[in-house]
Amino acid sequence: MTQPLAPPPKKNPERRTPVPMLPPGTRSRAGLGLALAAGQGRFALQVCTECGAVQYPPRDACHQCLATDLAWRDLPSGGQLLAETTIHASSDPYFRERLPWRAGTVQLDAGPVVLAHIHGDVARGARVRMALMLDRAGQGVLVALPEQETPHMQDDTILRAMGTHPRHRRVLITDARAPEAVALARALLDAGVAQVFMGLAEAWRPFPGRTRLEALDKVSLHRLDVTDAESLTDLAGAIGGKVDILINNARHIRPGGVIGASLTDARDSMEIGALGLMRLAQAFGPGMRARGADGVNSAVAWVNVLPAQALAHDPGFAGAVAAGAAARALSLSLRAELRGGGIRLLHVHAGPMDDEWHQPLPPPKLAPAALARAIVQGLEQGLEEIHAGDVARDLAQRFAENPALLAREMEGGA
Amino acid sequence: MGRQAYDGVVLAAPFTAPYTRFSNETAHWWIARALRGSLQVAGLSPRQIDGFAVASFTLFPDTPVALTQHLGLSPRWLDSVPMGGASGIVALRRAARAVQAGDAEVVACVAGDTNAIDGFRKLLSAFSRFALDASYPYGYGGPNASFALLMDRYMTEYGATRADFGHVAVAQRANALRNPHALMKKPLSHDDYLNARPIAEPIALFDCVMPCAGAEAFLVMTEDRARALGLPYARIRSTIERHNAFADDPVQLRGGWVVDVDELWQMAAMGPEDMDLVQTYDDYPVISVMQFEDLGFCAKGEGATYLRARDLTIGGDLPHNTSGGQLSAGQAGAAGGFIGMVEALRQVTATAGPTQVDAARRALVSGFGMINFDRGVCSAACVLEGGA
Repeated sequence: MTQPLAPPPKKNPERRTPVPMLPPGTRSRAGLGLALAAGQGRFALQVCTECGAVQYPPRDACHQCLATDLAWRDLPSGGQLLAETTIHASSDPYFRERLPWRAGTVQLDAGPVVLAHIHGDVARGARVRMALMLDRAGQGVLVALPEQETPHMQDDTILRAMGTHPRHRRVLITDARAPEAVALARALLDAGVAQVFMGLAEAWRPFPGRTRLEALDKVSLHRLDVTDAESLTDLAGAIGGKVDILINNARHIRPGGVIGASLTDARDSMEIGALGLMRLAQAFGPGMRARGADGVNSAVAWVNVLPAQALAHDPGFAGAVAAGAAARALSLSLRAELRGGGIRLLHVHAGPMDDEWHQPLPPPKLAPAALARAIVQGLEQGLEEIHAGDVARDLAQRFAENPALLAREMEGGA
Repeated sequence: MGRQAYDGVVLAAPFTAPYTRFSNETAHWWIARALRGSLQVAGLSPRQIDGFAVASFTLFPDTPVALTQHLGLSPRWLDSVPMGGASGIVALRRAARAVQAGDAEVVACVAGDTNAIDGFRKLLSAFSRFALDASYPYGYGGPNASFALLMDRYMTEYGATRADFGHVAVAQRANALRNPHALMKKPLSHDDYLNARPIAEPIALFDCVMPCAGAEAFLVMTEDRARALGLPYARIRSTIERHNAFADDPVQLRGGWVVDVDELWQMAAMGPEDMDLVQTYDDYPVISVMQFEDLGFCAKGEGATYLRARDLTIGGDLPHNTSGGQLSAGQAGAAGGFIGMVEALRQVTATAGPTQVDAARRALVSGFGMINFDRGVCSAACVLEGGA
């Protein structure tokens, strides 16, 4: 059984912070498909569209009929452990630091036989539940989990090495004023975080969540304005070495199109949503990237909350969504830059929220608590792309099927 | 089935460039040494070979084409044999047919690799696409981990024990102690084997080969030519080759030999009992055990018991991997696919010196190569018989 993870001791400043190493990250083009599915929490493999044969390892042609049209499809995730080993020697520097490591051969119910990481609670020869998960290199890997939940199973060494679970970690939320801020702080505390730092711009302006935040244990408010580089430098100097997870929920959503809209609102959206992200990354990115292997509470994840419509556009929120699209593009680059430190970048595409700026919109709208839950679940599962709310999920599906058609459909409103 | 016999074609002039654990030299250097050694044994100059078959993992960015210019050769028949542990037999098969058909008169078959510090890790890290996508990210145990899974399954399926596999490893070490070029110089006891530190359970230290640098070579020519040169030679009685057999077996417990074993013995007009010695591909003892089963020495699953009742040393009733094999002489990259062939050639031509098996005339050589993903893909075997 998995031993519960003990809180880390206070960091010894005389000891060198270990340099983050990554597991082997080179993949074929087809092999990258595993990461896409893993980042979305899907268990998908290539399936031949002609004969239906499931392929693994990822291929460019069907091993049964030589057809070259292989599609990634969600598949049943059951399996049976056929053989296992515990590796005690590796020439790879990442694994060498983490031995012993358990791996095994699993016969998937879906057909193929795969090599997988084996969770410590899986018994010899047992039935398993397979998951595709991202590893520290940001690549998709197969993990065999116990068929039923086991106590503290998230604390398994293999899952902890790969995942971004918030337990015992310290989190910075950039905007305490955002509608989901209180719910998010609570959900993180429920997930076992050690500390929540909350950023607050223009602290003199009152906001309804303040008293509720101040009442929470392990939650502290700090001066932080993503449009003010100096405030970021100051805060990074004070707590930058303790931010294990950064959740950037600072965004400026205002209605309006292009022709008749307020340039001031559009500029604010860009300054906060897009350039704010860049300023934050410059202030906190270097510290996090250097702490990717810093023990139990190593830096692990950066979360960007983006408007779901940023996948396309939205005539009703043109400027705000354009800022979201710009933020998404910056964020994709940031993902590549953080990867070297083993830091996962999670995009949370949030549908229209049930707040004052979306007041005239019909439902479904995203409740603040639902967004908070989605963010924490994404961290617990180590995801890279999540779509919170019905509207966001619908947009994502349409975007995956036909981005051009989605853009055309959005002209009449989502 | 009408496979043509290898009449009139022989192999001769075995040469081993003594292995070293690490080397700053290149594959080119090692291949040149082995080629030169083999030619000196034959009394031939480099100009006198018109066929060249090469197996190597560390020639990059060169290929055998570049080697011709590098080494000043001008063959009219050139082959690259990328089959690792099966490359010796595959090279022989191809070369023999070329000589038989008159496409070449003398083919030099050479395998060689270097092993710089950290070279094995670098070699592994770009070994195959399936390995990059689907095996290295899982703990990066390399071949040790892949074969650990196979061995684990084998033990579960057939009830074999580590002690059974130790019997193979211990006998090979005894053989190696008679081979002055073997890298392993210390005796290995059964307890040493059993108490060795785990590498990838159930594989422990003495189940593993030591990666090293080295090269092996032999020449394929007509029997008439070998006689004219006054060389001792071996005839090829039979060969088989198979790739990606039993792809649907969930874990590899048998190799492609099973598909072709009947043809092997039929073509040779001999059986396993006629062999004076056996050279298996011994990257791990479990793989050697598998080959005895799949090549007809005993039934599937009984290999461990069968071998424990045999004395596998040079003086024993079933001499096996008489030079010490890869387990005790070292694994010099693709030369690991030649080590058994070159030693068998020495044995059946009574030129093996300190490792010579008495009155050895017939040898079985088996090859196994290339863990592309979860199993060895290539299998091959041949039967050699000492000439005249």
